[in-house]
Amino acid sequence: MSILDSKIPEGPLADKWTKHKNTINLVNPANKRNIDIIVVGTGLAGGSAAATLAELGYNVKTFCYQDSPRRAHSIAAQGGINAAKNYQGDGDSVYRLFYDTVKGGDYRSREGNVHRLAEVSTNIIDQCVAQGVPFAREYGGLLDNRSFGGVLVSRTFYAKGQTGQQLLLGAYSAMNRQINRGKIKSYTRHEMLDIVKIDGKARGIIARDLVTGEIERHSAHAVVLASGGYGNLFYLSTYAMGSNVTATWKAHRRGAFFANPCYTQIHPTCIPVSGDHQSKLTLMSESLRNDGRIWVPKRIEDAEAIRAGTLKPTQLSEEERDYYLERRYPAFGNLVPRDVASRAAKERCDAGFGVNKTGEAVYLDFAAAIQRYGAEKAHTSGIHNPTKEEITKLGEEVVEAKYGNLFQMYEKIVDENPYKTPMMIYPAVHYAMGGLWVDYNLQTTIPGCYAAGEANFSDHGANRLGASALMQGLADGYFVLPYTIGDYLSHDILTGKIPTDTPEFDEAEQHVKDRIQKLMSGSGAHSVDYYHKKLGKIMWNKCGMSRNEKDLKEAIDEITALREDFWKNVKVPGTADNMNPELEKAGRVADFLELGELFAKDALDRKESCGGHFREESVEQSGEQKGEALRDDKNFKYVAAWEYKGVPKEAKLHKEDLVFENIELKTRSYK
Amino acid sequence: MKLTLKIWRQKDAKSRGELVDYQMKGIEGDMSFLEMLDVLNEELINKGEEPVVFDHDCREGICGVCSLQINGEPHGPDRLITACQLHMRKFKDGDTIFIEPFRAKAFPIIKDLMIDRSAFDRIQQAGGYISVNTSGNTVDANAIPIEKEKADDAFAAATCIGCGACVAACKNASAMLFTSAKVSQYALLPQGQVEAADRVLAMVKQMDEEGFGNCTNTGACEIECPKGISLENIARMNREYLKASLKG
Repeated sequence: MSILDSKIPEGPLADKWTKHKNTINLVNPANKRNIDIIVVGTGLAGGSAAATLAELGYNVKTFCYQDSPRRAHSIAAQGGINAAKNYQGDGDSVYRLFYDTVKGGDYRSREGNVHRLAEVSTNIIDQCVAQGVPFAREYGGLLDNRSFGGVLVSRTFYAKGQTGQQLLLGAYSAMNRQINRGKIKSYTRHEMLDIVKIDGKARGIIARDLVTGEIERHSAHAVVLASGGYGNLFYLSTYAMGSNVTATWKAHRRGAFFANPCYTQIHPTCIPVSGDHQSKLTLMSESLRNDGRIWVPKRIEDAEAIRAGTLKPTQLSEEERDYYLERRYPAFGNLVPRDVASRAAKERCDAGFGVNKTGEAVYLDFAAAIQRYGAEKAHTSGIHNPTKEEITKLGEEVVEAKYGNLFQMYEKIVDENPYKTPMMIYPAVHYAMGGLWVDYNLQTTIPGCYAAGEANFSDHGANRLGASALMQGLADGYFVLPYTIGDYLSHDILTGKIPTDTPEFDEAEQHVKDRIQKLMSGSGAHSVDYYHKKLGKIMWNKCGMSRNEKDLKEAIDEITALREDFWKNVKVPGTADNMNPELEKAGRVADFLELGELFAKDALDRKESCGGHFREESVEQSGEQKGEALRDDKNFKYVAAWEYKGVPKEAKLHKEDLVFENIELKTRSYK
Repeated sequence: MKLTLKIWRQKDAKSRGELVDYQMKGIEGDMSFLEMLDVLNEELINKGEEPVVFDHDCREGICGVCSLQINGEPHGPDRLITACQLHMRKFKDGDTIFIEPFRAKAFPIIKDLMIDRSAFDRIQQAGGYISVNTSGNTVDANAIPIEKEKADDAFAAATCIGCGACVAACKNASAMLFTSAKVSQYALLPQGQVEAADRVLAMVKQMDEEGFGNCTNTGACEIECPKGISLENIARMNREYLKASLKG
């Protein structure tokens, strides 16, 4: 039997959350004033949780490494946020959103959690509109929707290509209201470097003021980690440069189990790598796949000629193009889920059909959409017998209205006009489904330590559907955590302020200081980036879009060796007593060097293919699905939660069996 | 390509700063401006010198943390982008490039090219929100239809990324474009009307207290704004302010 208790409430699926809210303990308003909560991270999950907790009456302290809560990387989310509003009348419902999310996650998430997420999704839209979030609207003044990969309905709300920004600014404004009331104290340019446990409970953190270098102690009755995902493990990713695993990894080292680290999402539509200098990758919203058609040349000679620069993509006729997603997955076509689209692109490029100079790119073509929209627009504008030029012009205008900012961004980076020549895209690391293990209340295995948003593992299984990250972040922060945390805090009403002059705080502070000292005293052979890039190469080549036993075993050994070298030879210039970005990076890379090892171990252990985790040894051998990922429900229908045992690769596995009472497990077919 | 960089180096808020010359070679057109600075920093670290400190995070033009004055212009010579979206193909072999932090009394320098923009946060905290609790039972999102044009204008104002280029571009170091963008977003929406008067008064008061200058309508802020926030927002804020003041 597992020691993990998911605490999913009993009863019918649709009643679980309501029943749970009705039966958990509450803290009365007068007592909330005596309770302190620390929130680490101020993105969608952290910002919305902090605002709501403060609104309820708790004393909240927020911490972010950025100079303002508004700059958390949720801001970069482009496409949209899902909600089961069924405003389009296309048959959507809470159950369908639930079903799509469980299926999209390849049956590796909890039914109870996902149903709750679908239930509160509609509240999120109401809440955000009330806050003044300017979602896109139709001419009638009502909210507009679009469809996203992996589903057959239009349930995605959006604000052009800047949905994450608008939602985050909504949460930030809710935070500002509480800062103004004195209920939130916001610590910016601060980084959490350890969690402090007293009698087994999370009671505070050690943070570094990044401007002065000072090490500070902060106590609280509970600690919420909403510090985002760990995709920067791969060095190149669509994450912000500062995104890191440090907060959750420190919690892991102090006893919080880390779940499913190998489930990472490789997003299919990113701008391809252009050279060795590259520091990050830029995503092009998945919404582009609604109108763009993905293809590579049919003949390998054409692909070679394109790479050599002697042939242009626009010179190839329809017959000479391979729209491989439409060919392989006729039902979903270009709208297959992200993991499927990414692997299909890699398959074509590995087979030699890739198109830019590196051979690692495929086309995303809007020519057909421009013609279709142009003809439609000409018709509604009363233009009879329009010329091809007129149609193209009108069509380009429609496409610009829909995706203008994305096209502009592409043109700035690649220096090519995507209206005239197809875009080039390639998959890139984008999101981490894995994270700290949490129960239904979002509590980790450390009592009093909670994890919300991308930092936890909870709702997306082995693959996240588009426009679901924003939904989960805000669901956790606005509507779940503020209530479930009360159940725990109801036992703390008589505790009183937590003092910071205790041996536990002494020990944690000393630990942080020793580690900084150690980072500063490397031999100075190589910079932090040197190690980070090396780690990224190992991860991408051996733990990337497809994985096998041999590579994963090698990766573990290589990461172990790289970590040893790092601690001996890293070079951190300057001093620790003032602003020192190299020191910050060094601390984060040191943690990635541990996580990477656990990641590879988790991937090695999971011998099935599921969602974002594709094991070359586990593919369908025959039939219609031949060559597609083969899941193994008999042996792997569990959450892998890892307990830290001193060295990452010696972590102990705890399995939480996933129980499916409402959904029948099927092969995920998009054909 | 070969370049000469003249970069502002300043140890901390109290020290005096100066421009320091750096010679660069092997810079490619496909590099972003910040990747060019990465190359410089890697060289400095390997030589045992302290790298240049500059703020950067998302590197895709949306977090708003870049604060580089490049050849005298916020975010450099190109329009409608932040410094992280500027590519080296915009420069020529042999160019000399001046790189300084955004300059304003209300934006003190922390180190080198990194500045403190917490004044912007305090302006937002003074009233840049709609007072609604997260109860989960606000009215249905489609209960209040909003004219598409108004919704689009509110969205356009809301795209401000809070970088401060407007302040850096302004000879008076005025924060009117920044403040008016938030005031406008809410003034254009029915949800924001209820508190409109209090909001504009509180935000403008805070803006003045932070030491930002006045607006003299030169329009430099609009030209340099990476998100193209329109001057109309300032006009709208002035109207809102007047209305609120008369209401007393």
